[in-house]
Amino acid sequence: MAERERRLTPPRGGVFVPRVQVLSAEDVQRALVRIAHEIVERNRGLEDTVLIGLQTGGVPLAQRIGSVLEVVEGTSVPVGTLDVAFYRDDIGIRPVLPEAVTDVPGDLSGALVVLVDDVLFTGRTVRAALNALADYGRARAVQLAVMVDRGHRELPIRPDFVGKNMPTRIDEQVDVSLDGVVLGDVVPR
Amino acid sequence: MSGAPASGGRHLLSVADLGAEGIEEVLRVADAFVEVGRRPIPKVPALRGRTVVTLFAEESTRTRLSFETAARRLSADVVSFSVERSSVKKGESLRDTVETVAAMGVDAMVVRHPAAGAPHQVARWVDASVINAGDGWHEHPTQALLDCYTIRQVLAERAGLDPSSSGTECFAGLRVAVVGDIRHSRVARSGVWALSALGAQVTLVAPGSLLPSSLEGWPLSGVSHDLDAVLGDVDVCYLLRLQIERGAGAFLPSLREYAASFGLTTRRAALLPEQALVMHPGPMNRGIEIADDVADLPRSLVLRQVRNGVAVRMAVLFLLLGSGAAPSGAGELIGAAGE
Repeated sequence: MAERERRLTPPRGGVFVPRVQVLSAEDVQRALVRIAHEIVERNRGLEDTVLIGLQTGGVPLAQRIGSVLEVVEGTSVPVGTLDVAFYRDDIGIRPVLPEAVTDVPGDLSGALVVLVDDVLFTGRTVRAALNALADYGRARAVQLAVMVDRGHRELPIRPDFVGKNMPTRIDEQVDVSLDGVVLGDVVPR
Repeated sequence: MSGAPASGGRHLLSVADLGAEGIEEVLRVADAFVEVGRRPIPKVPALRGRTVVTLFAEESTRTRLSFETAARRLSADVVSFSVERSSVKKGESLRDTVETVAAMGVDAMVVRHPAAGAPHQVARWVDASVINAGDGWHEHPTQALLDCYTIRQVLAERAGLDPSSSGTECFAGLRVAVVGDIRHSRVARSGVWALSALGAQVTLVAPGSLLPSSLEGWPLSGVSHDLDAVLGDVDVCYLLRLQIERGAGAFLPSLREYAASFGLTTRRAALLPEQALVMHPGPMNRGIEIADDVADLPRSLVLRQVRNGVAVRMAVLFLLLGSGAAPSGAGELIGAAGE
């Protein structure tokens, strides 16, 4: 989501022009399968695990990881969604609007929450998500899974599960979907 | 409102300022706040450090409480100002009062005043965002917005849709009868405009004496003096409060006769189509515009309107204050992102 906001918001606003396809749809699927296995391995099972996809980019990834886990472990893991618009630290600095609905499955007290997002960049979206999660109860632990870690962190946040580490220039843009990962540029309108 | 593609200003003074697109945006953002209301902790930090003043020069329970609850759930600080207990009593003018309050540093002023246009005046005097919470007989925009939200929510639920993924198509051709004291009603003015902007067909039903002296410019599909004839084909029956304190009684032979001809009695409620919704902005004069047992029917949405009021007012406050310092043109870009 951070990606999309930055892409469309001045002063960096403009049109996304794809340059390089970095991962194909198959690569993304393989990475998600690996991440699913790593989640099980790290936590020695799936007890109390809840997947939360960050709106909007993390949601399809979280759902895909959920269905992989169901196949691999034979248990269905609750998958929720979270929109962090109201928790962002840039409200009033630039327009922030909720993009989609939050649907957190029940009370998260004691749960092992795996946050899923498409791109980890400055870390501010994740910071907002951590604050938002606290309002749903005291999770036992929160882990972070991202498809792409592109660097340029502005906060002390690191991912637990990464699809691909991808060093980028700060002015580049990364577009992630289940169809693949594309690196591109923003061209002023 | 800033950040809103269609609306332009940073105040909410009239529904007409919003336009259909602006109304739709408020409804969309309100969906997110309805979800917030269902959380174990129904509060978000979005407007932390902002100050919202409610400046009411007229009695109100639900509107004031609703705005204050909305502001608190956004983590804003709320200052409550009642003219009854203020220097206005000592003869201070509205302008001096407002400028004094503004000088203490406020981000938004929620203004209710018995004089039409008072919030527009206030908006000219202060830097804060001004929200019209009802000015005389003129407008009550947030009531119209929460009514639209409620209609959309109920229709989406019936259709088995997620309200948040439904737009405003449900209003196209929706037949709404607005019944009662239209002359003295700011709710009617804002409501008629909002509903018809979204595509609804609005019919006014009232005795001639309770219609405004001119209906020029009102976007109506009809005016009727016969409630029984209208009820058979409406989707929404919107009852207005007979504003006895504004002298509505003087326009009528008697309250009993009014109740007999224009009240939604049990007999009349039976004339409504099965699926028709009954709405009332409150406070209700039970036994006058709405019969006791009709007010408590499941199809009556009165309490749901109140519940949604908080979420809709959160959306309005958030849109005005949350995206306040947006660079010009940013609204367009966000609008594009939403598509």
